[in-house]
Amino acid sequence: MDNLFAIFISMALINNLVLSKFLGLCPFFGVSKKLSNAISMGLAVIMVMMAASIVSWFLYFHLLIPFGIGYMSTVIFILVIASLVQILELTIRRTNVTLYNSLGIYLPLITTNCAVLGITFINVRTGYNLIETIVSALGAGVGFTLVLAIMSGIRERLELADIPESFKGIPVAFLVAMMLGICFIAFSGMV
Amino acid sequence: MKAIIENLMNGIIKSNPVLVLLLGLCPTLAVSTSIDNAFGMTAAVLFVLISSNIIVSLIRKFTPERVRIPVFIVIIATLVTIVDLSMQAFLPALSKSLGIFIPLIVVNCIILGRAEAFASKNKLPNSIMDALGMGIGFGIAITIISFFRQVIGTGDLTIFDIKILQVPGLIDNPMSIFILPMGAFLVVSILIATLRYTGVINSG
Repeated sequence: MDNLFAIFISMALINNLVLSKFLGLCPFFGVSKKLSNAISMGLAVIMVMMAASIVSWFLYFHLLIPFGIGYMSTVIFILVIASLVQILELTIRRTNVTLYNSLGIYLPLITTNCAVLGITFINVRTGYNLIETIVSALGAGVGFTLVLAIMSGIRERLELADIPESFKGIPVAFLVAMMLGICFIAFSGMV
Repeated sequence: MKAIIENLMNGIIKSNPVLVLLLGLCPTLAVSTSIDNAFGMTAAVLFVLISSNIIVSLIRKFTPERVRIPVFIVIIATLVTIVDLSMQAFLPALSKSLGIFIPLIVVNCIILGRAEAFASKNKLPNSIMDALGMGIGFGIAITIISFFRQVIGTGDLTIFDIKILQVPGLIDNPMSIFILPMGAFLVVSILIATLRYTGVINSG
């Protein structure tokens, strides 16, 4: 149990995907202009990450490894993610229209989100078992959502700030990311 | 001929994939801790980008419109697997330090972006030049970033085991924050702002 908690904290805060592993930077800078959008995107990412990690875990350890074709993992994992995103999109559209309206446009973007593919590789390469994989994917997703939400809160304020012309937009967002990263170093003593 | 040169130069400065279009940020920031890594990543991306643009451009006439994205992704994933395995076999040290970012070239937005936006609509020579320009643009950006991070963060400029320069004050007291992830954000931020201020690139 301690071990699982350690994995969760480590994935969510210490080895945060965005700030220390540089995964998922495109949505981090692209979707972080409004708080509500950031949270919808984060929820969609958590769902896809957990589903993709579970499916790719089964495929890797029970199909690719027994047949000795571990080198196919890149092709298989990206196909798993792409099809999962499609299935999830269809399911949500059929079952919950309100949810679809708020998450819908973010789902296709997730296919090329390197955070999702990255987490499946991290889980498989670290050799986590199924439970650890689920916890690690959940932690990574929560960490991603947390940073995205904080970032969007700051960027909403930045809209009103007086910023030098050449720093407007992306450069100042990078500076904010740097400071967030420095804050997150403080978590490294936790585990 | 003029159009071909234009395709090449377009990717290097005017729509530099990293500094202007802000595509492929993840590998740029993650592997730019040393110039060796930057060169390795550039070589891998250049190979995948050129090959995928060639293949996509050749099959553009008979790829059904509706399944084109999955087709592109499978082509790119296959090419990335080739790079991954060759690197593990011939350059094990580099492969180890680039780690997870080699398979992640699959979701590098530059490659899928160029396949979709350019190669699927243009003739073969233009597509090759476009890939070459984008690849070189990516390489230049990542090399500049890793130059600053390596020199300020370690005080030592060593490329492929050849010692070029050791900055006197920095070698004993390096500002190691530049090697940490935060340093990457700082360098990119100041680099983009400087290029905009001097008018080299347009502010987006």
